This record gives sequence, C-alpha cells and structure tokens, in this order.
Amino acid sequence: MSEEFNGEDIILAELPDEELVAQMHDDLYDGMADEIAEATRILLGRGWSASRVLEEALLAGMNIVGVDFRDGVLFVPEVLMSANAMKAGMSILKPILADTGARPVGIMVVGTVKGDIHDIGKNLVGMMMEGAGFEVIDLGINVEAASYIEAMEKHQANILGMSALLTTTMPYMKVVIDAMKERGIRNDCIVMVGGAPLNDEFGKAIGADVYCRDAATAVEAAKQFMARSA
Amino acid sequence: MTPEARPLLVIACGAIARELVRIKRANGWVHMDLQCLPPQLHNRPEQISAAVERVIEGAGNRYRKIFVAYGDCGSGGALDTVLKKHGIERLPGAHCYEFLAGSEAFRQLAAEEPGSFYLTDFLVAHFERLVIGGLGLDLHPELLPQYFRNYRRVVYLAQTESRELQARAREHAAFLGLDYEYRYCADQPLTARLSQLAEGLRP
Repeated sequence: MSEEFNGEDIILAELPDEELVAQMHDDLYDGMADEIAEATRILLGRGWSASRVLEEALLAGMNIVGVDFRDGVLFVPEVLMSANAMKAGMSILKPILADTGARPVGIMVVGTVKGDIHDIGKNLVGMMMEGAGFEVIDLGINVEAASYIEAMEKHQANILGMSALLTTTMPYMKVVIDAMKERGIRNDCIVMVGGAPLNDEFGKAIGADVYCRDAATAVEAAKQFMARSA
Repeated sequence: MTPEARPLLVIACGAIARELVRIKRANGWVHMDLQCLPPQLHNRPEQISAAVERVIEGAGNRYRKIFVAYGDCGSGGALDTVLKKHGIERLPGAHCYEFLAGSEAFRQLAAEEPGSFYLTDFLVAHFERLVIGGLGLDLHPELLPQYFRNYRRVVYLAQTESRELQARAREHAAFLGLDYEYRYCADQPLTARLSQLAEGLRP
C-alpha cells in the first residue's frame, strides 16, 4: 500500500523501522485504519514482538492523540477515527498476545452507569487499558450497582471504572460506591470515574479514588495503583 | 450600580434566542435585555462558564439583576461555580431539553427510554450544522453507528407547531436510523420561570 505525502508516494514496506513507526504515529493521528493494519503486519514480519509493536507504535501514537485531545487540538470525531485505526492494529496483535499466555497486569470492570447510554469514552478507556496489558470486563451501558458488584466479585477485579456523560446520571456513581461499602468490598479495588461533565472535585465528593479526564490518565492511574499494590 | 441601571439582563444560549424573544414580546417585557452566546457552545460545554462570565463582567453595574438562561449544559458544575461567585441564578435543570420540556416531563422521558436523542426547534432547523457537522459526520459518515448505536429514538421537543419542522425532524430521525416521537411543549415551562423573574422587576 502506498500513501501520498507532499505529492510523493510513501511505500510503507520500504520504510526502515524507525521511519515506519513514525509514519504509524502519523497514520494513527489521521485515523488511517488500513495503513495501520498493514504497518502492523510489516513490523511483525520483520521480527518485532507483538508487545513491542503495541507499545512503540500503537500506544505511543495514541498518547500523542490523547495529548492533543486534552489540549483541544483534536476533537471527538478525530479521536474516534484514531481509535478505529488503533483497533485495526490491535485486532492483529490481540491473538498473538493471547497466545503468549502472559498474565494480565490487572483486571478492570468498566461500564457506563445506569440511565446513561454513552459509551464512546468508556470504550476508548477499555481499549487503551487492554493495550496496556489489563484484562477488561466491559459491562456495557446503563449498568446497575448490583451488576458492577457481581462482576467485581466474580472476576476479582483490581479496578472499577465508571463512566457518565450526563449531569443527571453522574450521581449514580456514588450509589455504586455506597453499595460497595455496604457489601464490604470498597477497599478491594480502586474506583476510577470519568466522563465529560465530571471533574476532580466531583470524584472526591463521591468517594472515588481517581478522576480520569482522559483515557491516558486512566491507564497511568491504573498502572500506578498496580505497581503500589504489587 | 448606576442610577440609570436597566432592570434585567438575561444572558442566554443562542439556541433558545428565538424562544426568549417570542416570550419577551408576548409578555411586553421591554425592561428585559437579552444577550445571547453562540449556540455552538452546545457542543463545547467546557467553554460555557468562561463565556458567560465574560458577559457578566462586561455588563458591569449596568443592570439591577442578571439572570442566566442556561442549564448546567454539560459544564459539570463549572457554570454554577461562576454564577455563585457573582450571586446570579440560572434556569433549573441539567440542560435546555429539561427546561424546554419541563423537569417532570423530561424526567419521565429519560426514564422511559434512556436512549432518547432530543431535538428542539433550533436543533431541527440547524441539524446539519450542529449535529452532523458538530459530530464530524459530514467528514466521517462511517462514525454514525459509533455515535448512535445505543440510541433508540429521536424525541422532538417542539416549541412551535410547525409542519415543516416536524417533517424535517422525522427526516433527521430516519437519517440516524431511530424511531421518531413528537412532543409539543410550547414555551410554557420556560415562560413560567422567566415570568417570576421579569414580572417582579417590571418598572
């Protein structure tokens, strides 16, 4: 496959590793799924391990996207296109990574709270967490407290992630945290919350451990927690 | 406050400008001034509080009372923080859908179907710019399922009885692949709140 740059065709397979990885960062930024899938196969074909492709090409590229989203350079449509491109690479790497039998870094239960059906941010967090080596149990949308708790107990989760886009649904996060306290499992995992109308103050007020303004923050917080509890 | 201060300034979202002008005229509230902010802030809620505060500060002491015709509108409490600092009230509720429909009616709609995508007269009329353009669907139509797969219906909360807008709303619902429902709300819920304010300040 070739891409055009300043009127010249770029043949991905002809680029040396370093330039190909830089090109993948650009292609992730531009949401070019087919090019990411091809470049992923090229790097694997050159003997790169799946985890190296994931970290150096895909996750590093998505971190650039994350920073520009945070800074208001990119907006949701562009980030979705980037995420779709990352998914194209991940779908190639996932079976290979699964075959290695490596234990997950940690287990996260994630879902959008009851009354809310918005899942774009939640899905992005799930994808980035999987990319960082976590097992992600995605409960989907409109999730009740009992379902979060059942999943946390069943999977012995280290992390609970809750998402909400609506001012009217975000208070339900406190209902879930209170239910965890009643059940005596509040201290068994960290609670991370996120969503457009949330902020750090809200996270503290409801008793969450971390407010995550974006997927990169969620991954970093989860990694730090797992490192501390090791 | 200056001796010649005007009685009332309403700072509003441009998406409800037509409704506010209509209500003002119908009630003869000539003592109410209206200043609207760009409706595009609907898609950039993190910018609402700063934009409103700029208008508040710009108004200085030229008004006896300032009122903000916004809900929280996705600002995550940031608007309330600004308004508390200045001692100013806003419309009750989370967003325009709530104060245009009325809080109780809106709660019922959201409870019976969380996957409801709401349109107002303004959003029906400017659907291409604010919804399709705002979500980047003009450039990336393939993102449509990602945005709307969890929605089940479009609910058009109508402020006016317009056959043309109803036809367009139905088309928008079809474009999104969702069921369509029509609720005529008129201006009543919005008028009720503004009346309490404006009538008390009538010279």
